[in-house]
Amino acid sequence: MTMETLVPYLEAMERYEPVIGLETHVELGTRTKMFCACTTTFGAEPNSQVCPVCLGLPGSLPVVNRAAIEYTIRIGLALNCQIASWCRFARKNYFYPDMPKNFQISQYDEPLCTDGYLDVDVDGRTIRVGIERVHLEEDTGKSLHVGGATGRIHGAEYSLVDYNRAGIPLVEIVTKPITGTGADAPVAARLYVTELRDLLRSLHVSDVRMEEGSLRCDVNTSLAPHGASQWGTRTETKNVNSLRSVERAVAFEIERQAAVLDAGGRVIQETRHFHEDTSTTTSGRSKEEAQDYRYFPEPDLVPVAPPAAWVEQIRAALPEAPAARRARLMVDWNLSSLDMDAIVNAGALDLVEATVAAGASPADARKWWLGELSRHAHDTGTELAALAITPAQVARIAALVAAGTLNDRLARDVIDAVLAGEGDPDEIVEARGLAVVSDDTALLAAIDEAIAANPAVVAKIRDGKTAAAGVLVGAVMKATRGKADAARVRELILERLS
Amino acid sequence: MTAAELAAALERKEVSATEVTRAHLDRIAAVDDRVHAFLHVAADSALEQAAAVDAKRHNGEPLSPLAGVPVAVKDVFATKGLPTTCGSRILEGWHPPYDATITTRLKQAGAIILGKTNMDEFAMGSSTENSAYGTSRNPWDLDKIPGGSSGGSSAAVAAYEAPLAIGTDTGGSIRQPAAVCGIVGTKPTYGGSSRYGVVAFASSLDTPGPFGRTVLDAALLHEAMSGHDPCDSTSIDAPVPPVVAAAREADVSGMRIGVVTELSGEGYQPGVMARFAESVELLESLGAKVTEVSCPHFRYALPAYYLIAPSECSSNLARFDAMRYGLRVGDDGTRDAEEVMALTREQGFGAEVKRRIILGAYALSSGYYDAYYGKAQQVRTLIIRDFDAAFGQVDVLVSPSTPTTAFRIGERADDPMAMYLADLCTIPSDLAGNAAISVPCGLADEDGLPVGLQVMAPAMADDRLYRVAAAAEAALTGRWGRPLLAEAKGLPGEGDRA
Repeated sequence: MTMETLVPYLEAMERYEPVIGLETHVELGTRTKMFCACTTTFGAEPNSQVCPVCLGLPGSLPVVNRAAIEYTIRIGLALNCQIASWCRFARKNYFYPDMPKNFQISQYDEPLCTDGYLDVDVDGRTIRVGIERVHLEEDTGKSLHVGGATGRIHGAEYSLVDYNRAGIPLVEIVTKPITGTGADAPVAARLYVTELRDLLRSLHVSDVRMEEGSLRCDVNTSLAPHGASQWGTRTETKNVNSLRSVERAVAFEIERQAAVLDAGGRVIQETRHFHEDTSTTTSGRSKEEAQDYRYFPEPDLVPVAPPAAWVEQIRAALPEAPAARRARLMVDWNLSSLDMDAIVNAGALDLVEATVAAGASPADARKWWLGELSRHAHDTGTELAALAITPAQVARIAALVAAGTLNDRLARDVIDAVLAGEGDPDEIVEARGLAVVSDDTALLAAIDEAIAANPAVVAKIRDGKTAAAGVLVGAVMKATRGKADAARVRELILERLS
Repeated sequence: MTAAELAAALERKEVSATEVTRAHLDRIAAVDDRVHAFLHVAADSALEQAAAVDAKRHNGEPLSPLAGVPVAVKDVFATKGLPTTCGSRILEGWHPPYDATITTRLKQAGAIILGKTNMDEFAMGSSTENSAYGTSRNPWDLDKIPGGSSGGSSAAVAAYEAPLAIGTDTGGSIRQPAAVCGIVGTKPTYGGSSRYGVVAFASSLDTPGPFGRTVLDAALLHEAMSGHDPCDSTSIDAPVPPVVAAAREADVSGMRIGVVTELSGEGYQPGVMARFAESVELLESLGAKVTEVSCPHFRYALPAYYLIAPSECSSNLARFDAMRYGLRVGDDGTRDAEEVMALTREQGFGAEVKRRIILGAYALSSGYYDAYYGKAQQVRTLIIRDFDAAFGQVDVLVSPSTPTTAFRIGERADDPMAMYLADLCTIPSDLAGNAAISVPCGLADEDGLPVGLQVMAPAMADDRLYRVAAAAEAALTGRWGRPLLAEAKGLPGEGDRA
């Protein structure tokens, strides 16, 4: 492999204008596959979720999964698309060992959804990304190439194929060319995929996990000199499987294509592979040797004609769009956009909202989920939402703190106990006797002891150096093993010594 | 004995299913080395099925009309536990892990599956000469073809090896073999009989249907095998037309019968046209009102068919790639998957299959699609309109089933165009997806071989076929004094089994 010549990004931007486009594949979270009744659980024993249909055995026939159509319409409506009143599936013909039939049932010139958009906020500027089409197809099997250095089929000693994924419904979302983003193009690409991911998550149509491949991106990039009347030749970078990689793939292609153009060369229209480890792309197959997929209408299926009333029913049931929801909650909770980003990036928006709904203040809900609970999630390698604590429990803990029953330290102990499965916060407080000592007589005894033991400190306080009271507060807290309300202790000490 | 008579004798317990099955297995053993109708005789499982039916009858359990009646099954239907080769080397040794819907229905009806019958490879042909396992013989003259592609099924029924058989009709593959073997064969309405588990040749055309020695027998099997199947998206969700009742009524008085102008003339054997003309006169004498009807686009049916069927087959047959089942050639550790696929397909497919795959791949390819596949679909629409217009004037259409009687083995083997002409009369009904039947109407003067009368009806009016065919059969048999098959002289010394 020869090293690519690159032009530094900012220098490239001085001379060229990028146009980008994204094709996103989303595995739908339907219970069963696109054309048969096999289940779709991720990570099952290889070839355990297969039947004659998804194995493409001779004689088997597909039957469309109604839920997959409904999910696709939901996506199309959320992306402001037109929903076709009549459309057909088509066969895309090509040979590959992980394709059971050596054709993929897809959609060609009659996609289910067309002509929509998604607004993306890039640094306070709203960019409207046009959506060309949203169509439905079946996923292929998954090849595992054993031996060889690259993990690709060429050079492998042998290959294994798992057909569990074959026939899982896959939605392809294709943008129109995205222009005018200038130097923000790589960031815009990442933010588009982020916004799309959040939207899909809110629609409950997919678990959109890029690391498990349920959301996969192909990124198109082209460059043209500033002021040029025509766009440049684009490349299509495949295998871009994280948000960060989306940004890097675009940036790399800009740097690479700029070097080609600077040298008076011609960008070849081709497929390129992205490499996570080096954040570079390498040439795949060029369009000149591209396959002719010989698309034709799938004769084994009848056309899909979603009744208008059904489409309207789906539209009426759409949840609030993530962008609108974020805007609303920022006002309601009095948050800055930075605060909101932190919540969203931690995957805590639903949790914080539910905790607020359960009675906690927005500040408290945010504090616990982004602080103590995020630490737990990080330490145990789980997701926030997967922690064994409910928003209602978090709200209850916040309430106990607000009432003075718990202080922050005790609250953390209660959280630990809830996560350890010891029950609800109130049960834990009761069972462990964790409540703050609020009985002043009990506290006064400890205070008197602390006063007696620290005559020098007492003298300072009497001299007006009230900050020295911290030493006495610390002694009392130690004596009560943290169960006292520090503020109240301080109040009582000062009262006693005045 | 006819299947109807057999069924009656079984019900009266005059004979057991085991005895009936043994008698047919004996007949197969006696003549099939000459007829070569079967690729696989399922003696053991047939006798097991028969014993099960006998036990049920003994216990007084309710049984279907065909319980205990043997059926021969074209080797294109998936049969669990029995080989299914489609007459191709590429599927040699494949035992499907599932049953076709029709196989299941026959088993549930208590019909005894005698074995799998020979066919042109993947149902592509009109003579069984394209089978990878040898040519079947016409019981009327062992040097003549039994028709195709379902020639094994027609030969088995004509040779009394089975009272009934099932086949598939894509361009005439039931009606043409029925006609040249002097038996009855029906292509039901497309979608009237399930394709699930029928190895696809051309998905938008393939139609499973029955063979019998009488019209009533064909109707009994038609009724047993048909009906809606949720596993086949193109299956029609409506009751099976009352074909058995229509076959019993056999009344054409007042029916309007149209003779298709375009299905006559040059290329039609005089003896065929003579028998056809007599049949039409006979139907008129039975009270039918006969007129001539023009279907101007029928002349384009053959070329349209030879674009649509190969296009679909080029895609349907892509799955035979040595990866999951069937033949695998050249996998010696030195070749990659693509080379193994190519070698397997090179050696596994016969010449006619390759011809059609190449033809179809060409017709679908980018730049040619509109001129070939697209144009053929337009012709198909025009043919449907011809039928619609015709059925606005008459209840059924009639024509000869084939332009000629059975030809000599080898006579057209090297001339695909001559072979394709055998389906000239049958193809329009396949393209339109409506129903048609072939019923014997006498022997041609030139060669003494059987001639078929084709009756065509609108979609889901299959009962009209049986009404007309049964009326013609009754009148003709009355005129001949005994069933036509009694004249079959291909198996000398076998005596008159009718």
